[in-house]
Amino acid sequence: MEQEQVILRIDGITKQFHQTPKPAVANVSFSLLQGDLLGLLGPSGCGKTTLLRLIAGFERPQSGRIEIAGKTVAGGHWIPPEQRSVGMVFQDYALFPHLTVAENIGFGLRYSKKCSDRVDKLTELVGLAGLEKRYPHELSGGQQQRVALARALAPEPALILLDEPLSNLDVQVRLRLREELREILKATGISGVFVTHDQEEALAIADQVAVMRQGKIEQLGSPEDVYTHPQTRFVAEFVTRANFLPAKRIGQLWETEIGCFKVKKESADKEVGDLMIREEDLILQRADNAPVIIHTRRFLGREYRYCLQTSSGKRLHARTSAEIVLPVGTRVELAVAEQAIRFFPHKDISDNLVMNSCG
Amino acid sequence: MQISRGITAHKPPLFLLITGAITAVAIVIPLTYLVIRTAGVGGEELADLLLRPRTVTVLINSAGMAAGVTLFSALIAIPLAFLTVRTDLPWRRFWLIVTTLPLAVPSYVGSFALIAAFGPRGSLLQLLLEPLGVQELPSIYGWFGTILAITLFTYPYILLSVRAGLHGIDPAMEEAARSLGYSKRATFFRVLLPQLRPSIVAGSLLVALYALRDFGTPSLMRFDAFTRVIFLQYRSSFNRNLAAALALVLVVLVLGILWLENKARSRARYYSRRASRRASQVKLGYWKLPALLFCTAITLIGLVLPVGVALFWLIRGLTVGGGDAVNLAQDMVQPALNSIWASGLAAIAATICALPVAILAVRFPSRITAIIERCSYIGFGLPGIVVALSLVFLGANYLPWIYQTVPILVFAYLVLFLPQSVGTVRSSLLQVNPQLEESAQVLGRTPWQTLREITLPLVRPGILSGSMLVFLTAIKELPATLLLAPIGFSTLATKIWTATENVAFSDAAAAALTMLLVSFGTTLFMLSQEQ
Repeated sequence: MEQEQVILRIDGITKQFHQTPKPAVANVSFSLLQGDLLGLLGPSGCGKTTLLRLIAGFERPQSGRIEIAGKTVAGGHWIPPEQRSVGMVFQDYALFPHLTVAENIGFGLRYSKKCSDRVDKLTELVGLAGLEKRYPHELSGGQQQRVALARALAPEPALILLDEPLSNLDVQVRLRLREELREILKATGISGVFVTHDQEEALAIADQVAVMRQGKIEQLGSPEDVYTHPQTRFVAEFVTRANFLPAKRIGQLWETEIGCFKVKKESADKEVGDLMIREEDLILQRADNAPVIIHTRRFLGREYRYCLQTSSGKRLHARTSAEIVLPVGTRVELAVAEQAIRFFPHKDISDNLVMNSCG
Repeated sequence: MQISRGITAHKPPLFLLITGAITAVAIVIPLTYLVIRTAGVGGEELADLLLRPRTVTVLINSAGMAAGVTLFSALIAIPLAFLTVRTDLPWRRFWLIVTTLPLAVPSYVGSFALIAAFGPRGSLLQLLLEPLGVQELPSIYGWFGTILAITLFTYPYILLSVRAGLHGIDPAMEEAARSLGYSKRATFFRVLLPQLRPSIVAGSLLVALYALRDFGTPSLMRFDAFTRVIFLQYRSSFNRNLAAALALVLVVLVLGILWLENKARSRARYYSRRASRRASQVKLGYWKLPALLFCTAITLIGLVLPVGVALFWLIRGLTVGGGDAVNLAQDMVQPALNSIWASGLAAIAATICALPVAILAVRFPSRITAIIERCSYIGFGLPGIVVALSLVFLGANYLPWIYQTVPILVFAYLVLFLPQSVGTVRSSLLQVNPQLEESAQVLGRTPWQTLREITLPLVRPGILSGSMLVFLTAIKELPATLLLAPIGFSTLATKIWTATENVAFSDAAAAALTMLLVSFGTTLFMLSQEQ
């Protein structure tokens, strides 16, 4: 927290394409501090890539303002992409096939005198030393990704944008590059915005996560905050991947088919709704006459993931440490740490029906 | 490609192997004979033939003409490709089609149109200017006319290639350059153009190949390229060895270009990537008018001129020339029937020969079947005049009973057009899952029964379009027909050629129109096959 300087300010940006009835980006506002890494997280078609392209200058917004490093670049004053001092890493990397690795990395440095020094430094930084003379088609996917990153970083942009930077890679490479990506960006001190549909990736890399849905930001906050305190049901489903249990108010308590729970924060006026319980917060205890039965068990290495079936037929998921092993078919009683439960209003009518049938 | 690996373990059925081998041997005959005959000339005489000033001049003419044609074609095609793919040019779809269609005009029909329109004497323009006292126009013959004609009717090769290249470039490339500080103009020159280079090179080599092999235009434009000189040498029959030697030099030249083309294509593979999005359009603004004028001018001379000139001379022949419609129609019927007869036989022969070759290559890949397939492609490297010449020698010396008969003409067509047939059958075979054939065999069918009951019905559409293609290409063929057809056996192609050579434009008009109709049909047919 040396200096709280805003590097990117988005102010009421709206982008509507001709072919679609709804705007791709609808009145979005936020700002990003110097040195921070923001993850735009959302399902496909939520407008996250459009927002990124608006920042880069490849799309023009209908209304709103974008400011990069204190300079207005869209809204009132239009600055084309090449003058925005923004680096971009594309989903398919967009490496120039007719240029070598070194030429690709140096492409944005044509006016710089220390071009070759900088290229050497970056090649080193992204771990590609020795491959300078290769052509893109001679590289693996992970290596291409590194070239794309180095190329975007070379001109020392004020801001770097990454469009699904890891989505085209194998799982192994993806996990390794995920760590490296954050380290490299932090080492250069350049602020960044990256788009992803993978919640784990967003939580692992970003300083700030913005969850998007239908062109709007549903929640913006630190990864911990978004994960533990989802503000909307969508965020809870998409990021936290929690269980939802229909519940009915009985005095101070909420009654569900697996028991009654206290909820700390809630909307007081509601009589029915859903309780959100994260998979890792469910505690299983063997009990011979309990209503819940273990349906399947999957070993995930460090933990077990159980699928549980309640008497009404609803399925719940629970993760436990690998030490506790309960066979399939075991009847269990469920307990939850109270502060981990959150209340959400019902999503739609069909849920109501389910609840009624549960009694 | 993966599915073709299904039954590699099996040995090919004998009947396929035998028919395939016979085809391969037959296809190799003309080239082999040419080599043997040239070798028989003797080293000293051969060196003398190849080093005489005349040969060197012809070499310079051919190479210079091909280079000029390629350069001008690129200058026409690259802007056209950009205009029709990447800009907001009005009526883009229309221009897209009409700028491709000149490809369909056979070069000798195009040359006929140019000569009949702008020739020094008796042409459309000279007739128009005669009242002003103009008796003779500056000559269109020679370098100018040859380069003009071939350029006008081959630039679409570059156009198609560059267009495909433009479609294949990921729009993110341009965006990446923009985000790295390059303006639109700089992006064009530093990113777009370099990436198009493989497409431009590939298209240019095709154009050069066509220019070198073309016989119709140099002969009608009286330009001493290899093809015309070989023909004259043969006709004067003064020194046939020289004709053979020249033909071999031409083959070497053509093979060199084919080799370059193959190299360029394999390199282009690294570049091509499917583009997921459409690139943004360039707004032409004030440039709209010049762009439209450019497209219009090209269409006028490449497309409207041939059709218009042929119509003009047809009508003039009917009115001024004193000919009547019935006479004209009778004049046309025999050549048209001859064309259809010879080309139809060629189509059938090519299809029958292509089947075993393609099946062997796709289903039973081995060294032998690969050699058989390569042999079937030899015709692609041989100019029509070379095949014709070789068969003339062969026929006159050893097979007088077949010399100047329809069978030897059909055989020449077979050598020339078998590659097309094998290509189409091959690609439709690749789409048939070999497991279908395997299940038929497991259910008790012999290889021959499997072929008849499973494979053939499945590839029938490919076979049909392949034979259609050969038929339509053979109709347009000129030099082989000219040299090998029986005496008095005139086809549409030879009729146009002879009449234009004799400056009897009205005689050529009806045949030229028919030929244009066939050609446009072929091209539209091929385009519809691609989609």
